[in-house]
Amino acid sequence: MSGSEPLLRVEGLEKYYTSESDFIDRLLGRQKDVKAVDGVSLEINEGETLGLVGESGCGKSTIGRSILQLREPTAGSVYFKGQDITTLSDSELRDLRKEMQIIFQNPRSSLNPRLTVNDIIGEALDIHGIEGGVSRDARIKELLERVGLNASHANRYPHEFSGGQLQRIGIARALAVDPDFIVCDEPVSALDVSVQAQILNLLEDLQDELGIAYLFIAHDLSVVEHIADEIAVMYLGKIAEIGTPEELFAPPQHPYTEALLSAIPEPDPLWEGDRILLEGSVPSPIDPPSGCKFHTRCPRVIPPSDYDFEQEEWRAVMSLRHRAREEDIAVETVDAEEATLMEALREELDLPPSLTDPDAEQVVQEALRSVADEEFADAEALLSETFETPCSTDEPVLRQTDAGRVACHLFDPAYEGGTDDGTTTGDGPAAESAASGDD
Amino acid sequence: MSSETSQRTTERGRIRVSGFDVDRVESREPLSSWEPDLQSEEGRGRLEYAWMRFKRNRLALFGAATIAFMVVVAVFSRPIQLPGSFPVLAGQTVQPFSLAPADPANQNVLTGYRSPTLENVLTWPPTGLYLFGADWAGRDILSRVMYGGRWSLSIGFIAVAMALLVGIPLGSVAGYYGGKVDELIMRLVDMLYAFPFIVLAIAVIAVLGRGYWEMILALVVVGWLPYARIIRGEILSVKENEYVTAAKALGSRDRSIIVRHILPNAMAPVIVQATLSIGTTVLVAAALGFIGLGLSPASAEWGVMLNVEQDAIARGRWWAGLFPGLAIFVFVMAINLVGDGVRDAFDPQGDQTDTDTGGLR
Amino acid sequence: MAMLEVEDLNVRFYTDDGVVRATNDLSYRIEAGERFGVVGESGAGKSVTSLALMRLIDDPGVIESGEIRFKGENILEMDEEEIRSLRGNEIAMIFQDAETALNPSYTVGEQISEAIRFHLGLDEAAARERAIETLESVGIPSAAERYSDYPHEFSGGMQQRVVIAIALSCDPDLIIADEPTTALDVTIEAQILELLEEVATEFDTAIQLITHDLGVVAEFCDRVMVMYAGHPVEMAPVEDVYYDPQHPYTVGLMSSIPRIGDDRDRLQTIPGRMPDLIEMPPGCNFHPRCPYAEESCTRMEPQLVDVETGEPADPINSDAQTAACLAHTGELTGDLDYEVTVRGEGDLPGPDDASGTSAGVSDR
Repeated sequence: MSGSEPLLRVEGLEKYYTSESDFIDRLLGRQKDVKAVDGVSLEINEGETLGLVGESGCGKSTIGRSILQLREPTAGSVYFKGQDITTLSDSELRDLRKEMQIIFQNPRSSLNPRLTVNDIIGEALDIHGIEGGVSRDARIKELLERVGLNASHANRYPHEFSGGQLQRIGIARALAVDPDFIVCDEPVSALDVSVQAQILNLLEDLQDELGIAYLFIAHDLSVVEHIADEIAVMYLGKIAEIGTPEELFAPPQHPYTEALLSAIPEPDPLWEGDRILLEGSVPSPIDPPSGCKFHTRCPRVIPPSDYDFEQEEWRAVMSLRHRAREEDIAVETVDAEEATLMEALREELDLPPSLTDPDAEQVVQEALRSVADEEFADAEALLSETFETPCSTDEPVLRQTDAGRVACHLFDPAYEGGTDDGTTTGDGPAAESAASGDD
Repeated sequence: MSSETSQRTTERGRIRVSGFDVDRVESREPLSSWEPDLQSEEGRGRLEYAWMRFKRNRLALFGAATIAFMVVVAVFSRPIQLPGSFPVLAGQTVQPFSLAPADPANQNVLTGYRSPTLENVLTWPPTGLYLFGADWAGRDILSRVMYGGRWSLSIGFIAVAMALLVGIPLGSVAGYYGGKVDELIMRLVDMLYAFPFIVLAIAVIAVLGRGYWEMILALVVVGWLPYARIIRGEILSVKENEYVTAAKALGSRDRSIIVRHILPNAMAPVIVQATLSIGTTVLVAAALGFIGLGLSPASAEWGVMLNVEQDAIARGRWWAGLFPGLAIFVFVMAINLVGDGVRDAFDPQGDQTDTDTGGLR
Repeated sequence: MAMLEVEDLNVRFYTDDGVVRATNDLSYRIEAGERFGVVGESGAGKSVTSLALMRLIDDPGVIESGEIRFKGENILEMDEEEIRSLRGNEIAMIFQDAETALNPSYTVGEQISEAIRFHLGLDEAAARERAIETLESVGIPSAAERYSDYPHEFSGGMQQRVVIAIALSCDPDLIIADEPTTALDVTIEAQILELLEEVATEFDTAIQLITHDLGVVAEFCDRVMVMYAGHPVEMAPVEDVYYDPQHPYTVGLMSSIPRIGDDRDRLQTIPGRMPDLIEMPPGCNFHPRCPYAEESCTRMEPQLVDVETGEPADPINSDAQTAACLAHTGELTGDLDYEVTVRGEGDLPGPDDASGTSAGVSDR
């Protein structure tokens, strides 16, 4: 890593959307914000690739477009070649478009079906007055050949090409202005396997030849592992972990990365990896969980130190608390009388018949009784007050470890929590420590 | 397969396949004449595809032929002379032919009505004189119908063209920029829609008087509304397309984006609507003529002819009203066939059959 | 007699651009409870296969010839009523896009009950009970409450579970799953695959899984058929396909997928692209992209043959590994010189010996 200024530096980028609200809500100031990107910082050096991975709803596409100022960020700064581009005027930004470009996921919708290939690529040249006349045609021909297309097809329309060829045309368009940085927004997700490999190789070759830096956004970790120098994993608008592929994969530190990795099906029939199944689905970005956004599903969520929990029991209790908060337990449909109602509830919620810690067991029983009476707020309050865990109250910050950077309390020395088998050791949550430095 | 490899493993990526050498394929001579070609032949844009589909629609072609025929008849019915105010060529005869058997203005008030007769057709040389009979003033109806086509047809085409010129820019601006501009324009559209058209037409003509351009103005004042609405709606969806984002990412200016990327892709429904509107415009012009708000009573415009002969029809001189009415009917019918054909031709589904859905979509 | 036998199926689409030969002499079989994978890229004709099974091919598509025998009876000869009682009842289908497969105007429970009432003839209350049971079995929490929810109130993964529930509701013998997880996130995909596995084992349902994802196939399927340009080019038990592929296309696919943990610099690709099904290359359709192709490959279309004996394959009666390549009938002068290495275990025996080891399959 060179010590000089990185090509692209993003600090604290935020992008909030106002969710649909009617006039009354707006009047009363009750709109909810969809926090698509909630404070992301990253860096990309010249000629390198940063892979950005995450599942749907994590905000990765939004980041790509916000960095290019195609969507105006709500907060934060983007430094390109040292200059803060969020403050530029329209015409200055237009000039900058020669240096930063984007490739889209769906090649069929990112090319105007009414224009010929010539027009599509030529537009890039025309806008910036790059070439004219004969040299324009020559340049278009050169671009087409560089991306592996037959230059004689320049007068055809997009509907005549296959997906892979269309994606190449999109790449040629981005290359036309000779950029230093390209945001690749899931460029191979819509392509067939063999074509995927061709496009990935093409992108790598172009990077070697022209020294272009990429922000490579994808949902497929195996693709990203191959092409990226560094990988960032996102969850609900924040970065969970950043590191080189080696650091990230062997072994992954953040529990989400671990789960993500284990979920990837291996093309080997004899492979029998340990699959971590996360429960539920990604929470809505309108009402994200407090503290660490992953805590509602995290298999390694930190148990409170003053009680003696097995990791699985604790996970079940956390889920109980979360579902009580969401009022997502259908009590009427669990049919039984009082005593066995409790059993039925425990089964429904994946709680063992009895917890190891008798004090904890008492509290949980009381909470369950509230749930049985549909007093969900009481149950939730009881659980959150008795069982304190930093994961639900404090937001983790990206912290450097020996294997990359992780945003997880398990790696925060202030909490001294979590070994690999998930049992707690050491001090409890540093409730009084303001030194954990989260904002 | 040897039994060792039947063991399970938790290691990822341990299978490696090598030896599938791409260079061998690329550096050898093609083994057969098959060329990996593009999925269809020489560059055909959407417009060309649409035209081909249109050509295959017999009814639409018939409609188009009918209209072409009517236009030709209207143009060549009587000689056209440039008006005196024309700069250099004043008074020159631009179009010398005269298909109409008689001068449409030729009156013969003493004879008055004559019923349609074939006698002149059977003479030599045959003429169509009185083929459709004569009206109250003894004027040959066939000639008037032929000549009157000039008014009716041109009103239809010109009014729609001008309405497009007003509606498309306003609708585009509203759709693209959104916000207050959109609100403003759309409220204006709503207001004008709320007015009964006849009231508006009466207002315009009361202020400006009867006449050709005055009627066109009345038609345009409300005619632009549907186009504005349609194109705004289309733009709202088209502008979400990624190629628009791509153009912005390239640094394209708004004006350029609208003209180059958005409008061409949003125009199809507008074109269909416009084609069909030509028919309705002609009908409305005829209606205005019928109630006396149109052109002068002496003109050969079909609606006016109907107006003038209202009583005659009731009194048994059916030919005076039938033929102008028939002319209107045939024209509107033909334009509707064309409009349907245009709409079917632009059907975006028709471009390629998707075998993955098993055929029928 | 296997539960499903497809023999020499030919489907053609008569379009403006020409005749699309969607499937050509396709034959395979599926036993009860088996998990059969159909692998290929887009345009290979995999979806058409499943649509033909359910007789959902419509104008301009025509099933030209061939037989599809389900439990002994030829589906292609059944009348409309018989087919309708088959669809959803004994053969069910799961599509890729759960959202469009569900009718947004009806509650989820209603959609399941409808199928149950129609096929099993139960009354409303009984159908509702059974529907709730099915919802529970696919892992939807608070099933009884969610019975009356509309599709849009479910997340993508949950919607796919509902679709699976509808497919399962009448206890089908065969489920055709057409790219069921392609549109889902990988963690949700893992959940759905796990669910399908459970369901298949518990109810002993055969599953035909159509996908282009080689990881999913490896995990899920017992036997695999690889398709290219409407033809089956290789059919084998799953381990053989991954550890001992016998057709150059399969080899190409295996070498072009990015694998985690693999330390290659560049991905091996298959040059060119799949031909459209209207104008196909003469002889072997794959020859323009095959590194091992020779002149003889342009002259005759290779048939599926047993890779060990070179005899024409009989997919309906045998499970042997078969591939459609002239290398196995001895007509190729060169060799298929690719290698499949397994880290830590040295080389596997080469592919060009007819005397290669037998394709043993370990239990799952």
